[in-house]
Amino acid sequence: MSATVVAPPAVAPRSGGDGRLRRMKPLLGVAPFLLYTALFLLVPTAIVVIGAFQGDGGSFTLANFSALFGQSVILEALLRSIVLSVVSAVIGAVVGAVVAYFLSTAPPSGLLRKLVTSASSVLAQFSGVMLAFAFIFSFTGRTGLVSRTLNSWFGVPEPDVNYFASLIGLIIVYAYFQIPLMVIIFLPAVDGIRPQWREATESLGGSTWVFWRRVAGPLLTPSFLGALLLLFANAFSAFATAAALVGLGSPLITLQISNALTSETGLGAPNLAKAEALIMVVIVAIVMAGYYWIQKRSSRWLG
Amino acid sequence: MRVVTTRSALSRTGVIAGLAVLALTASACGSSSTTATAPTTSSSSSPAAASAPSVASSSAPSASSAAPSSAASSAAPGSSTAPGSSSASGTPGDSKTATSLADFGGMDKLVAAANKEGALNVIALPPEWSDYKEVIAGFQKKYPGIKLTSQQPDISSAQEIQAADTTKGTDQAPDVFDLGAAVTLANLDHFAPYKVAAWNDIPAANKEATGLWFNDYTGVMTVGYNSDALGKDMTSLEDLKDPALKGAVALDGDPTQANEGLLAVVFASVANGGSLDDISKGVDFFKSLKAAGTLSTAKASLQLVSAGKINAIVGWSFNQLPITAAGTANGFTWKTFTPKGVNLGSFYNQAINKDAPHPAAARLWQEYLYTAEAQNFWIKGGALPILYSSMQKAGTIDTTAAKSLPVIEGEIAQMTSDQTTKANAYIKANWAKAIS
Repeated sequence: MSATVVAPPAVAPRSGGDGRLRRMKPLLGVAPFLLYTALFLLVPTAIVVIGAFQGDGGSFTLANFSALFGQSVILEALLRSIVLSVVSAVIGAVVGAVVAYFLSTAPPSGLLRKLVTSASSVLAQFSGVMLAFAFIFSFTGRTGLVSRTLNSWFGVPEPDVNYFASLIGLIIVYAYFQIPLMVIIFLPAVDGIRPQWREATESLGGSTWVFWRRVAGPLLTPSFLGALLLLFANAFSAFATAAALVGLGSPLITLQISNALTSETGLGAPNLAKAEALIMVVIVAIVMAGYYWIQKRSSRWLG
Repeated sequence: MRVVTTRSALSRTGVIAGLAVLALTASACGSSSTTATAPTTSSSSSPAAASAPSVASSSAPSASSAAPSSAASSAAPGSSTAPGSSSASGTPGDSKTATSLADFGGMDKLVAAANKEGALNVIALPPEWSDYKEVIAGFQKKYPGIKLTSQQPDISSAQEIQAADTTKGTDQAPDVFDLGAAVTLANLDHFAPYKVAAWNDIPAANKEATGLWFNDYTGVMTVGYNSDALGKDMTSLEDLKDPALKGAVALDGDPTQANEGLLAVVFASVANGGSLDDISKGVDFFKSLKAAGTLSTAKASLQLVSAGKINAIVGWSFNQLPITAAGTANGFTWKTFTPKGVNLGSFYNQAINKDAPHPAAARLWQEYLYTAEAQNFWIKGGALPILYSSMQKAGTIDTTAAKSLPVIEGEIAQMTSDQTTKANAYIKANWAKAIS
């Protein structure tokens, strides 16, 4: 009794005196993050945006954009990048979602689930030069063990070196890291679907179709779309894999940017590269806006 | 409940994804600052057609006349050997402005000043490229007090300049450059003038009059090919359309990006009735390779050649040598072929970074490169060094190394800067169309 009486005055002044500090505390906690974001996101973005509107001398110009839209090569690269990103994201999302669903039905601490999730976490990061060379060496020519086996067993024609530099080839290569990424990020969502809901649907007379159409589908749609967007952005910004696969020409927008930055033959144009980067940012912004619109709608018929 | 939380979590991933793309694209571009001033003016100083360098008679590196000068080395206070004291190395202002050995008061003083700096940053020197491995090792052996750092060996000439801009003012900045012609002429404001002891042995056409840049070596364009895969010896460029080379003819870099790729197109043009002024025949030739199905979209690399994915490369003679050596080790035969009368070269240039953190070491490196020892390493690597003819006179050429040089009949043709500009414009407009 006496202890409870004594305690409040001891606490009160402390909380009163540190009020401001306490309010500052969360801010202090995120300060490193904010600083980091400012340094590595905001500053570079500002450089890109400003540079995109600058000429070589630093004066304001729209020449970078007229150069960008005046070159069919760049526009084709942009289009090809979008197609590649959309297709590989859709393939990754659909296949990954199916895999994730089957995994969610497996026992949570089972070997299969552990195996697939850990493999997925590794493979989702397995991109870049090593992935490119893994494909070249496994699927083409003298060292192509996989392609040779497929050929002799199933008669699948062996691809030549150039195959993986083509659009279809790139989609196949990209799917290799898109699918595992989808599995990792989508698994928590499908784990959220409780068996009880299914039972409830069935006890109310709903079929499997109704369950997916009316219960699980609407619940998963936002996560699915969010994951799809992530995969799109992942493929859209990917550079090293394609750079290692394609040596001639610059068929993707990221390769065009690299070309404009590094050309040693006198075709270099750093500010054109920034304009191209800005276009990429705009495209992702548009896709994100579309995503929020869909999400808003879906949450409306969810609610 | 859990679904709801993951949903909001995933809506956040959308934001994060967007930010990530933003960050990636931004950081990719943010690193380069604007430098390109376009290869203008100075067509006069462009490396003009240089046949085997002759003229200039004066004898080889003589330890130049005394001329006391402002005794740079003794004044230099910066003495640390470890990198990290960039500001200290900035102080010997005399080293920074020295334009010849005389300004140091002789070779010994230069070595002393460079040793005081204790470090040297070189950039974009692939070990297999014209035997730079041994050049670097030779320098380290001769001047063990200087810690040599070979930065980013595989980047392009344009990236060397970008690296110099981004690291300006730090002790990580490159001290010296090795650049292609176009980039050299576009970035004269990055160089400090310096005349090496062998300056007079470099023909006038092969250097900038005040010493901002000077030619170092050139290769000649050749076709290297795996004769086991082709099944015969190549006798004309038409052999590159042989079905035996399906998807296996590569360039060392895209012509819109790399000097070597660009010159490969020029080379094909000259061999097919075009000229240095008209490279359309070269583009047409690669277009026909594409149609024949032999052109590879992969960039040439020793790994891909060793794995049998690439069986022919159009590129510098000195880049074919390491492949020949690898072939001997791995059991394939790599030969080279150059159509008669097509001697296409392009000198690379040495230049000193005007913001070099180690100005004396940078100058010592240049002095070393223009000794018979270093020039012989380049010869060994299959490149024709600029001092070749003066060394011939002096009898300092390493005859075993000279066997690496391709047989060159007649003069080596070089593009002028006007021709390069014209070729670039044509490539920009037509290359992507031709090979897609």
